[in-house]
Amino acid sequence: MAFDGARKPLVAVDDLKMHFPIYGGLLRRRVGEVKAVDGISFEIMEGETLGLVGESGCGKSTVGRALLRLYELTGGTVKIDDYDIAHASPEELRKMRPTMQMIFQDPQASLNPRMTVADIIGEPLREHQKGSALEREDRVLELMDQVGLNRDFANRYPHEFSGGQRQRIGIARALALNPKFIVCDEPIAALDVSIQAQVVNLLEELQDRLGLTYLFISHDLSMVRHIADRVAVMYLGRIAELAPRDDLYAEPLHPYTQALLSAVPEPDPSLESKVERIILRGDVPSPSNPPKGCNFCTRCPLVMDICTKREPQFQEVRPGRFVACHLFENT
Amino acid sequence: MTDTPVEIRKPARSQWWDVWDQFRSHTGAFWGMVVFLIIVFAVLFGPLLWHIDPTYIDIRARNQGPSLAHPMGTDQLGRDTFARMMAGGRVSLAVGMTAMLLALVLGTLIGVLAGYFKKLDGPLMRLTDLFLALPLLPLLLVIIMLFREVLSARFGPEGGIFILMVSAIGITSWMQTARIVRGDVLALKEREFVLAARSIGTPNRRMVTRHILPNVLSPIMVSATLGIATAIITESSLSFLGLGFPPDFPTWGRLLFDSVDYLQQSPARVIWPGMAISLTVLAVNYMGDGLRDALDPRIRGR
Repeated sequence: MAFDGARKPLVAVDDLKMHFPIYGGLLRRRVGEVKAVDGISFEIMEGETLGLVGESGCGKSTVGRALLRLYELTGGTVKIDDYDIAHASPEELRKMRPTMQMIFQDPQASLNPRMTVADIIGEPLREHQKGSALEREDRVLELMDQVGLNRDFANRYPHEFSGGQRQRIGIARALALNPKFIVCDEPIAALDVSIQAQVVNLLEELQDRLGLTYLFISHDLSMVRHIADRVAVMYLGRIAELAPRDDLYAEPLHPYTQALLSAVPEPDPSLESKVERIILRGDVPSPSNPPKGCNFCTRCPLVMDICTKREPQFQEVRPGRFVACHLFENT
Repeated sequence: MTDTPVEIRKPARSQWWDVWDQFRSHTGAFWGMVVFLIIVFAVLFGPLLWHIDPTYIDIRARNQGPSLAHPMGTDQLGRDTFARMMAGGRVSLAVGMTAMLLALVLGTLIGVLAGYFKKLDGPLMRLTDLFLALPLLPLLLVIIMLFREVLSARFGPEGGIFILMVSAIGITSWMQTARIVRGDVLALKEREFVLAARSIGTPNRRMVTRHILPNVLSPIMVSATLGIATAIITESSLSFLGLGFPPDFPTWGRLLFDSVDYLQQSPARVIWPGMAISLTVLAVNYMGDGLRDALDPRIRGR
């Protein structure tokens, strides 16, 4: 499923900004802000999976949460299914909730330890649907079948399950309201490798069956390669590169993407010795005080004069491929 | 797979059986409950079987030791201590439990509001600090001095004092609960399941009742049991200072107060109310301990 213009975008993000204030000093005054997400724009087509990768702390999860307006945005707009999420009133927002759901990173933390599985999966139904308790139960059991959980587990508590099963509970909860768009916030990061494949395959299967659209946040590049149609690479609150999956993995354009992809382990030992790793020097700058110009200029192996002065434009350099780098700027 | 709709509803009831099973297996809690129930039943139904009036004065039988006619002896006016213990227990337990409930409701409410709503946090916690900084005993004395007459006139001497004692103890002992609950709510609020509920669109009030309150149950439970204990003790100390109920109206604290003068002649008279207070407090503490474990599904399975 490559990028094709005929399908309409389900999610449209324009210049999304999410700054968290820092309070300090004796009077707890606002002394600065963490620019967790600093002006990013992208679209997700219907039925597509957009992979969002980047290192820890680059703002991936914040993007996911901001998209569902779990945070109040600092700026920009988010449109899901033509509704403006960013500026909706609480009541409007509540009505829109069923179209967008989220799967969380830590399946242990994202399930209320005092609720049974049936209660957890049934909670969205209780909030948004006026059905009898019986109908709700039927739907809960149906959902449990869908994600491959034994029906007998309905009255157990989350702590009685393994990590993979817990993540299935989380997925069932996200599916309960027949959403169109699901944000998967590192859904496999806390799971064993053997379970990761199961969960990812389940997500793919559900996508095929229910026509879901995913934003798949992960730092696992091979997993993103497996599941995503297009991939966005984030660095320090901005998108460095956004491209169809095969193009990106075959020929990364942005120096940061190149460095990131060179870090993926090569399974073949004879090839492994030949792999040339691009090792980045230094640390990620603080998002409360990002460098002037391009935010990657402090670590970029191909840094030029202009990089420290002017911020690169995020623009389409080839059909479907967006890069924010002066190397490709053709203005 | 079996017939499902039946299966899901059956354990909805048996969940409470699980709680009961876990509670029973906690030895301390079980015996604590037995002792507490014995005390409660003795205090409630004892006077129906034991016909001596707690205020009946038999001056010829004063200062007696334990005997068949007076199992716990008599006081300096010849009133039967056993009857007075039972009548006093009614009042002490009632004051203790209602004051605890009041403190608990107040403390939980303020704690949850302060922890959950950021704007209320500052004002409510300063209020809590204010109450904590007040010297409680003088405050209680002032409250009682100011309102005793008014309330006695409105609700009768006993009813008025009861309301006064309960509310005085209630509004001076909610602070610990509020602080503990606030701390826990602050921590819970950052947990992912609260975020998950928000992404579902659960409104604030159901968020509190469904996700926050059940998870702060443990600290609430602990402060409840400790609260009963401190409420009984506060009531006792107020009666002991002669500020609680009228002198002829027995409570455990008042009995203790009256007996202190006779400590050397008949030490047993101090021991009875003292023991009753300690036993109740101990029993309630053990019960709370067991209940907290039983209500936590993570511990219950073991």
